[in-house]
Amino acid sequence: MRKSSSAPFHFLTYFLVIGAYAALQVLQARGELSATMRGMLVPICAYVVMAVSLNLTVGVLGELSLGHAGFMSVGAFLGTSTAIALQDAVPVPGVRLAIALVVAALCAAVAGFLIGIPVLRLNGDYLAIVTLAFGEIIKAIFNNLYLGVDAKGVHVSLLEDTTNTAADGRLIIQGPMGIGGIQKISTFTAGFILILISLIVIFNLVGSRAGRAIMAIRDNPIAAQSVGVNLIKYKMMAFVVSAALAGSAGALFAMNYSTVVANKFDFNTSILILVFVVLGGLGNMFGSIVAAAVLTILPEALRPIAEYRMLLYAVLLIVMMLTANHPLVKAIFNRFRQTGQIQLETDDEEKEAA
Amino acid sequence: MKKKLLCVLLALSMLFVLAACNGGGAPEPADDGTDTEANTPGNSAEPATPDDSATPATPDDSAAPEDGQAELSGETTPEPDTTHAPTPTNNTTPAPVEDAFKLGGTGPLTGGAAIYGNAAKNGAQIAVDEINASDSAVKFELRYEDDAHDAEKAVNAYNSLKDWGMQISLGSVTSKPAEATSAESFADSIFSLTPSASSPATIAGKDNVFQMCFTDPNQGTASAEYIGTQNLGSRIAVIWKSDDVYSKGIRDTFLEEADAQGLQVVSDTTFSDGNATDFSVQLNDAKNNEADLVFLPMYYEPASLILAQASAMGYAPKWFGVDGMDGILTMQGFDASLAEGVMLLTPFNADSTDEKTAAFVAEYEKRFGEKPNQFAADAYDCVYAYCQALTAANATSDMDAATINGLMKEQFTTMTFYGLTGTESGLTWDASGAVSKSPKGMVITNGAYVGMD
Repeated sequence: MRKSSSAPFHFLTYFLVIGAYAALQVLQARGELSATMRGMLVPICAYVVMAVSLNLTVGVLGELSLGHAGFMSVGAFLGTSTAIALQDAVPVPGVRLAIALVVAALCAAVAGFLIGIPVLRLNGDYLAIVTLAFGEIIKAIFNNLYLGVDAKGVHVSLLEDTTNTAADGRLIIQGPMGIGGIQKISTFTAGFILILISLIVIFNLVGSRAGRAIMAIRDNPIAAQSVGVNLIKYKMMAFVVSAALAGSAGALFAMNYSTVVANKFDFNTSILILVFVVLGGLGNMFGSIVAAAVLTILPEALRPIAEYRMLLYAVLLIVMMLTANHPLVKAIFNRFRQTGQIQLETDDEEKEAA
Repeated sequence: MKKKLLCVLLALSMLFVLAACNGGGAPEPADDGTDTEANTPGNSAEPATPDDSATPATPDDSAAPEDGQAELSGETTPEPDTTHAPTPTNNTTPAPVEDAFKLGGTGPLTGGAAIYGNAAKNGAQIAVDEINASDSAVKFELRYEDDAHDAEKAVNAYNSLKDWGMQISLGSVTSKPAEATSAESFADSIFSLTPSASSPATIAGKDNVFQMCFTDPNQGTASAEYIGTQNLGSRIAVIWKSDDVYSKGIRDTFLEEADAQGLQVVSDTTFSDGNATDFSVQLNDAKNNEADLVFLPMYYEPASLILAQASAMGYAPKWFGVDGMDGILTMQGFDASLAEGVMLLTPFNADSTDEKTAAFVAEYEKRFGEKPNQFAADAYDCVYAYCQALTAANATSDMDAATINGLMKEQFTTMTFYGLTGTESGLTWDASGAVSKSPKGMVITNGAYVGMD
């Protein structure tokens, strides 16, 4: 699972993302992309970012998070609210989207930081339990939150709509009705850029000194502590980065639809993303990207067989898991990885010789 | 070397999946040259616009997705075939009828709200089969796609219908998915008439989205008015689902109107998705506050649990539901005797002696083995409303979606429609897309709905 000498693998991941983007852009320009596929491009980007960001917590940090959709929800609601509030102030959709994504990432990072303070000090499965609760709490909060914006500023109320938003203003978050009438400003290109940024952030973090410390904590916290690694600091670093990326993915996702409700980001969504990560391989970003894309497309590709599609989806999921764990397949993957490492080492030797 | 090979292989397999999805709606992936050749003229007509449906589509464009099908069936479209065999009933993709309008809709065919989606689909299918078997000039080809009551999947389902070549839409069955798909069909200029998506946001700001059902706020007001004028109770308890648009919309307007009617609301309790199994707190609150009528603005599933738990604790107030309660009698594993005496508002009465209704109910029972609910009736009415409007506008099935969109907008705002639901004076629509319809009060007696008036 150690990815310390996997620079060629990083290259491969970038290659896959850029190649897929270019191929899809060409297909789209030639009009060969179906409406179904066009409609799924942005959600796939959002799910890919969700998967790689969760992989940072689960695969690299080694802590189980069951509430990743909660961060997505924070980003979706606050990012979208920002975009709506800025509708007149910032007329260019691309700029507005960028601002919304940044705000979403910041809000989710704050949420991740607050949760991390008590939880990351503990050992064991506590993070799983608390993130599970966090996901549900966020759902309950956004189901009861009213947020209005008018000339006087921002109004917030819980449970009942007592915001008294003026008629010229707009009630943005409407409790259980979520946010309606969202302008669709998310684009495939924006999603592609977000994936690239996520990969750059994660690969650089993992490859850096801090990343070594994070992986050391995963492999043996006691040993890491004994050599002077600050456990809480590095755990927090990975967790907050993961939350921030999930927040921006949430905003990207929400602004692809005209409406968003808190119930969308429930426990099932968290588990779905965890499935992407587990199926793609813990710590393996390339695998996460492929798994997220394939598993998002699969239910739609199976649409022609109507009622049986969910059954077949489950069967395919099990088959994929079994195949990925088959000794033969594992051997091939290991060989493939080893050749990569050996090549790298020979490269180094050559450099040294020169 | 092996690394590169595997890399290429993975990339290829991913592209293959994308391609497989791309042809999701088409009957067969094109593996010979002919299909691609057939497609290129249609696509090269507009190379500059990647989104071919946002702009008013050219005839070329709308024909493109059908190419694959036409080729498969051997002959191309021009010759109208006069033998219209009635299509098989339970098939999701009925045999294509020549010169038919492609009518598509999304609804929850699986999952918690499946009873609504399937009812709407079945109702629409009966209407389509009846029209296709008649001598009507307008024929339909119906396709329903599953959205599992989720906005994201609904948009996917809508897009796959678009790939199929949908010309007119039945929107979505449930409210939140409908909000998402109606925004899409507004952007694509595909006319939409939803059988049952009752939230006001579904039609707000979209001039080509119409409703066959009354809106949520309308139901809340009507319920309070009904309880007030009929003197059904004076101390009211409301139990509602706090994370549901539908429930919230009705409850808010109900409270407003209850005030105006002089009704006293003594208990106002909520539940949400995660805790919809135990209602003892809510029921005890209602009981302790001596409520003599409990208003349940919710779907039938939680309502069935509330009825069962109230009966177990020996609490027997009057129960008053809304149209989401419809379906409780046909719910599996529910003791229908518990629903005895429950009152509800619905625009449709399956026990009506009206000739058209009786014929529809008989046909529905014959095919699907249960009584139709209002969702089935609404969808049935939608298809007939389309039939009437298309006939009046002299629309033909070779028109593209945008042209039909224009014609339908004109027809629906001017025509009067007589259907299974609504009153004797017929239904009309205003420019906003809302229908003029008043709910009927029903009470469950001996396991069947009986009109209260």
